Amino acid sequence: MASGHAETNGIVRATNAQADAQWGRHARFAAWRFVLQRASAAVLAVCVVIHLASIIYGVRHGLTSQAIVARMHASAIWPAFYAVFVVAAAVHAPLGLRPIVDEWLGLRGRGVDAVLALFACVLLAGGVYAVASLAG
Amino acid sequence: MSRDAESTFAVHIWRGDAGGAFRRYDVPRRASQTVLDVVTFVQRHVDPSLAYRYACRVGMCGSCAMSVNGKARWTCRTHVDAVAADGALEIAPLNHLPVVRDLVVDMAPFFDKWAKARGSFVPTSTRRDAFARVEPSSAERRAVDATIECIGCAVCYASCDVVGWKPDYLGPAALNRAFTLVSDVRDGAGAARLRAVAGDAGCQACHTHQSCTERCPKQLAPTASIASLKRLVALAAIKGKL
Repeated sequence: MASGHAETNGIVRATNAQADAQWGRHARFAAWRFVLQRASAAVLAVCVVIHLASIIYGVRHGLTSQAIVARMHASAIWPAFYAVFVVAAAVHAPLGLRPIVDEWLGLRGRGVDAVLALFACVLLAGGVYAVASLAG
Repeated sequence: MSRDAESTFAVHIWRGDAGGAFRRYDVPRRASQTVLDVVTFVQRHVDPSLAYRYACRVGMCGSCAMSVNGKARWTCRTHVDAVAADGALEIAPLNHLPVVRDLVVDMAPFFDKWAKARGSFVPTSTRRDAFARVEPSSAERRAVDATIECIGCAVCYASCDVVGWKPDYLGPAALNRAFTLVSDVRDGAGAARLRAVAGDAGCQACHTHQSCTERCPKQLAPTASIASLKRLVALAAIKGKL
């Protein structure tokens, strides 16, 4: 009887330890999602302002699309800037979609995370392709 | 009570369980009348089968919260004058909690979440140790003062949009309680409590709508507590201590 109890307690302890470890991973994943979303938002805030300012500059100075592309080709700064922009967007958008999918559709879990990771890859690939084209 | 008690007004009170409906009662209008007075009048003079909860009647116990004209409030300290300016009063059970009957909800899910958020004090000393000394004017004590007066009325929980969208979300009261203990220099739960409040249903789920802070009858700011938890959890993760 006593050994039975010990065994049961052992199993309970093992299960608890497993549950704690799993909960720790869950908590760290949530914390890092939070950190990455805030960090990417901070980067995007700066990028969007510069992007809008450059659009306003281009329109007010009557720059054609060819002139804009030519300036992009001439400098390493603009492609580098848009590369940062693309990475921040690829990180930020899927992290923002995650709670929307959770709250509106009631979906969460590894399947959702896999789809969102794929979405991040698509955003990143599309963005990198566009930046590479601009960089010539 | 004034003698113009002859004048009455219509009150619509929820009857039945989740599938129930509002029923109209005509109640005497009195000076300084609270919403709890109205409900008590109906139960004592019109329909004794009306189920509702209250205890202290002075804003201490947190048991009389109901949804009044669509907003969660503590009914013992809510004057009819303040909420029914146009004479209409609709009283329902709190949102986001299972309705037992009439105005009574099952508070178990609410308090279960306090337990999930590790809302119990974890002592770091024993009865044989000296009393902890925390100066009333110290920053540590003031941090606790800002959050500790929660009476567990669930007004914040019933007002929270995120609880409505995501039923397993711990909610403002449980997270505020967790932050109270995180701020307590005597508490020893440390990273375990931060882990308990992080996750899909934890502090990061808060959208900072601030309905909890707007409606808290004790003028607490659960939103601020939750924001602090988000910061602490993030810092712990960055330092590798989560």
